[in-house]
Amino acid sequence: MEKLIGLLIMIAVGVGLALVFWGLNRLLGPKSPNVVKDVPFETGRAPISASGRRMAVKFYMIAILFVLFDIEMIFLYPWAVVFRDIGAVALVSMMIFIAVLVLGLAYIWKRGALEWQ
Amino acid sequence: MADFIVGAVEYLSKFIFFIIAVLVISPVLTWVERKQSAVMQDRIGANRAEILGLRMLGLFHALADSLKLFTKEYFVPKGADRLIFHLAPCISIFFAVMGFAVIPHADTLIISGQPVEMQIVNLNIGLLYFFAVLGMAVYGVVLGAWASNNNYALLGGLRASAQMISYEVSIGISLVGIILVYQSVDLMEITRAQGDLLFGFLPKWGIFLQPLAFFIFMAAGIAETKRIPFDAPEGESEIVGYFIEYSGMGFGMYFLTDFLETILIACLTVTFFLGGWQAPFIDGWILQTFSDSTFLGIFQLNNFILTIVQFLAFVFKVCLVIFMMMTIRWTLPRFRYDQIMNLGWKMLLPLSLFNIVVTAIIVYFIG
Repeated sequence: MEKLIGLLIMIAVGVGLALVFWGLNRLLGPKSPNVVKDVPFETGRAPISASGRRMAVKFYMIAILFVLFDIEMIFLYPWAVVFRDIGAVALVSMMIFIAVLVLGLAYIWKRGALEWQ
Repeated sequence: MADFIVGAVEYLSKFIFFIIAVLVISPVLTWVERKQSAVMQDRIGANRAEILGLRMLGLFHALADSLKLFTKEYFVPKGADRLIFHLAPCISIFFAVMGFAVIPHADTLIISGQPVEMQIVNLNIGLLYFFAVLGMAVYGVVLGAWASNNNYALLGGLRASAQMISYEVSIGISLVGIILVYQSVDLMEITRAQGDLLFGFLPKWGIFLQPLAFFIFMAAGIAETKRIPFDAPEGESEIVGYFIEYSGMGFGMYFLTDFLETILIACLTVTFFLGGWQAPFIDGWILQTFSDSTFLGIFQLNNFILTIVQFLAFVFKVCLVIFMMMTIRWTLPRFRYDQIMNLGWKMLLPLSLFNIVVTAIIVYFIG
């Protein structure tokens, strides 16, 4: 419990820093709204499409692949910590695990999920 | 009263690196970045800011920059999601600050007989904590981009988040080799394990035991901080990115986040690969030369000097890594976006998996 005091102080510092920066700027900065300033930054003309309607499906693909590989990565951590205590069983089983992982990577690579045009 | 002083000294010594990183290193970095580019490009560079005719090589630019940002309008674009627009840069800087909680900056300091670990929080899952914080950094970027109600900001945010999560996988898998070698996910334990000597003369640092992981971590770390050559998310003069609609300190907070993350990645590179706070060869000499008599009432003389030396060694190594990252920044041109993604998924990821297999086999047979 005593350990976590440091963490609580860090949380307070993080929140405080953000609040001070944001608050001081709101306080000191001028406010001069005008019509032209409200137009979104584009090509100099009014935007023809609202933002956030459609985006490339590639990014969803990358997000799904990230979730997959990140979970595999978390499986590797406890294995790596106790590797020396378990020995041959750990080595063989994790080699099989990584082989499956590499197979998956080869599959998505072959299917073109990693290609950017 | 004495208890209070001891407690204050204890917390000050735990937080000293974080305080220096925020108050000294990051403002100086903004100046170094400009001055170094000037030197490398044979320009005179940042030298305009002055106080009463005193210029100090332009060191006051950091002060002038922040003052300027504070007195600029905090503009909220029309149609923006106001709450998230305000929250996003705060989230960004919050998690950049939180990352410093597990960085060990020296070994234990003995204060009035009690050993105190020189780390803000001595978490035994420090490495996992670091990944949690690193993962949250994506939120500040993607929320800010989405809340801006701007096509360019949204595209920049998508580019940035796809790049950050892609390289996070490589960072994570490259560090499995380090865990295999040092058998811990506690950053303090990992640093302590790097204190021994290999073959009697080579420090047992990560860079010597895991050279491949070092290069993967360095490359992915630079990509994670969105620096050149990986600055496709936001490239100063050419590509507008996720914080295009931010002005004043909203922009300033993203800017500071980038610098804090640069320091953070440098700290972790040092902790995992360059021996952390270890000062090889001279630590034993210091313990022998100085006595363990009481110093300033609450310290032990030799332990106190050793801690100072370790702290200076740590800061020196961190500055060295940051200098290397900045030199890379002004040396290489920007990668194209498909090259960035290819490097992450087709080069670094298979290489880091290969590194695990080789390390596991070597550790199994040599022990």
